[in-house]
Amino acid sequence: MTMHPTVLSLRGATKRFGGLVAVNALDFDVHENQVLGLIGPNGSGKSTTLNLISGALPATDGEIVLRDRDITRLPPQAIARLGVARTFQLVRLLPSMSVLENVMAGAVFGHRRRWGRAAETHARKMLDRVGMGRKLHLGIGQLTYIDTKRVELARALAGEPRVLLLDEWLAGLNPTELEEGVALIRSLRDDGRTIVLVEHVMDAIRSLCDTCVVMAQGTKIAEGTPEAVLSDREVIRAYLGDDDA
Amino acid sequence: MTPSRSEAARIGWVVLALAAAATLPWIGSSYYLALGVTIATFTVLATSWAIFSGPTHYISLATAAFYGVGTYTTGLLIETMPYWSILAIAGLIGAAGAALVGLATLRLSGVYFVIFTLGLAEFVRQVLTWVQNLTGQKGIYVLTQITEAQIYWQLVGLAALVWLAGWLIGRSRLGFALRIIGDDEEVARHSGIDTAMAKVLLFMIPGAAAAMTGAILAPRFVYIEPAVAFSPMLSFQVVIMALLGGTGRLWGPLVGVIPFTFLWEAISSSFPNQTTLLLGLTFLLIVYLLPRGFVGLFLDLRQHGGGTFRRAGA
Ligand SMILES: Nc1ncnc2c1ncn2[C@@H]1O[C@H](COP(=O)(O)OP(=O)(O)OP(=O)(O)O)[C@@H](O)[C@H]1O
Ligand SMILES: [Mg+2]
Repeated sequence: MTMHPTVLSLRGATKRFGGLVAVNALDFDVHENQVLGLIGPNGSGKSTTLNLISGALPATDGEIVLRDRDITRLPPQAIARLGVARTFQLVRLLPSMSVLENVMAGAVFGHRRRWGRAAETHARKMLDRVGMGRKLHLGIGQLTYIDTKRVELARALAGEPRVLLLDEWLAGLNPTELEEGVALIRSLRDDGRTIVLVEHVMDAIRSLCDTCVVMAQGTKIAEGTPEAVLSDREVIRAYLGDDDA
Repeated sequence: MTPSRSEAARIGWVVLALAAAATLPWIGSSYYLALGVTIATFTVLATSWAIFSGPTHYISLATAAFYGVGTYTTGLLIETMPYWSILAIAGLIGAAGAALVGLATLRLSGVYFVIFTLGLAEFVRQVLTWVQNLTGQKGIYVLTQITEAQIYWQLVGLAALVWLAGWLIGRSRLGFALRIIGDDEEVARHSGIDTAMAKVLLFMIPGAAAAMTGAILAPRFVYIEPAVAFSPMLSFQVVIMALLGGTGRLWGPLVGVIPFTFLWEAISSSFPNQTTLLLGLTFLLIVYLLPRGFVGLFLDLRQHGGGTFRRAGA
């Protein structure tokens, strides 16, 4: 890992909702140009972890560091500017705006900020990148499901983040779309993006991730290469023990 | 970014319309001039209100508070300061007051904001009444040489300023940020927008505009006292007119203000004792029949008319 400096670290990151500990003293590091898979059964705290990183929820305890900068108590807009961009488990687009404007939102206000013509050119480039180059002027209501996901991804990419958080970006796609989706994420990985990938699709995890962190009931139960963690007994038990294998 | 040709044409039309409006004192009777003052007043108030409330969806009932503060600014300074500087001071006080109110409340949800702004006018009014009781004073005389026509021209000028501000904001990063906030605040924050700051900045516009309107109109009252300067009815009228016109476009509030002013004239002369009741009824009717105001109606008609308009870029 010496080739890949640490971009993001979680140390003892904890989130409590009343009596429920959704994320329990979680530690892991995300390295530059690497894809980290965050996996675990339903309700194990994956989305909550992303919410802590992006600032959507304040952490109850622990610390989150982005390249030497403690971002634990920062609001989402500050974290976004420092270089964290995300997609949401339930796609969130800007309904009154065109596809192009949705992506410009990321280009204008994100980590690397542009304005006017430069922002538009960059947003077009990002839409080309995700295969939406011909649908710039469509409204959000006219898009297929995978296209809404592409637009959200392009918006996240448009600010040129240091770390990209994808919350089940591949969920809900049909087999053909899934193939396209995996190819798209792989191409981002080949570009050298640093990604935290929350996923349930095992094939995608195997083919996309450099390392995996496995969570169960808020706690990290395994960490390592996809092959190693997916054959780990505790991991198998965690998955089979829940209804979602 | 330089204006496009169609924008340049539109600016030309606005300038012409303003010039036409400015001729009213020479061609109209004093009755029409008074009506013109009312229309210009509410155009300033409703347009600046919509610049803030349109994109943020926060309903502000603070108009009367800022307006009243502006009125009192003129009342207190007219003997000691040059008139034009008073307008500037009123604008600054209004903007600063709005920034303070915004910092205190705009992090809260919309419901708290409405209640707070409603309470604000009442609070300032009570404080002034209390101070006046202490000093044994009832109200303030504002005696000037300023004519009705001059008041009217100042208001038309102020309306032009408000439109200019709205137009410039619409083309700025702030304007784009506000559209994003209006669509999804969570996405806005995660895209890197300081949503609280954007709202506070924007709220300063109706604050300043209402205070300057009050300051301009003070000489017309001659004698000002808290009950007149801080009438809560004013805040509600502004909301109704802006919603009737629609907040989606800068011209929206104006097309709400004009019919409403005539309607209001009719109501208050025919049913002087039922004005509040009828105001409430009108409000309900508008919300039910025209939820997005005349602007929404216009946009729907244009869409169904087979027009191929599409908004170009941001
Ligand atoms: N805002 C919240 N308030 C209260 N409880 C919450 C909140 N968000 C999540 N939880 C709870 O925290 C736990 C972890 O939820 P989280 O959404 O992080 O799981 P997940 O791993 O993303 O699951 P899935 O795979 O179903 O998306 C769950 O028990 C959930 O009910
Ligand atoms: Mg989840």
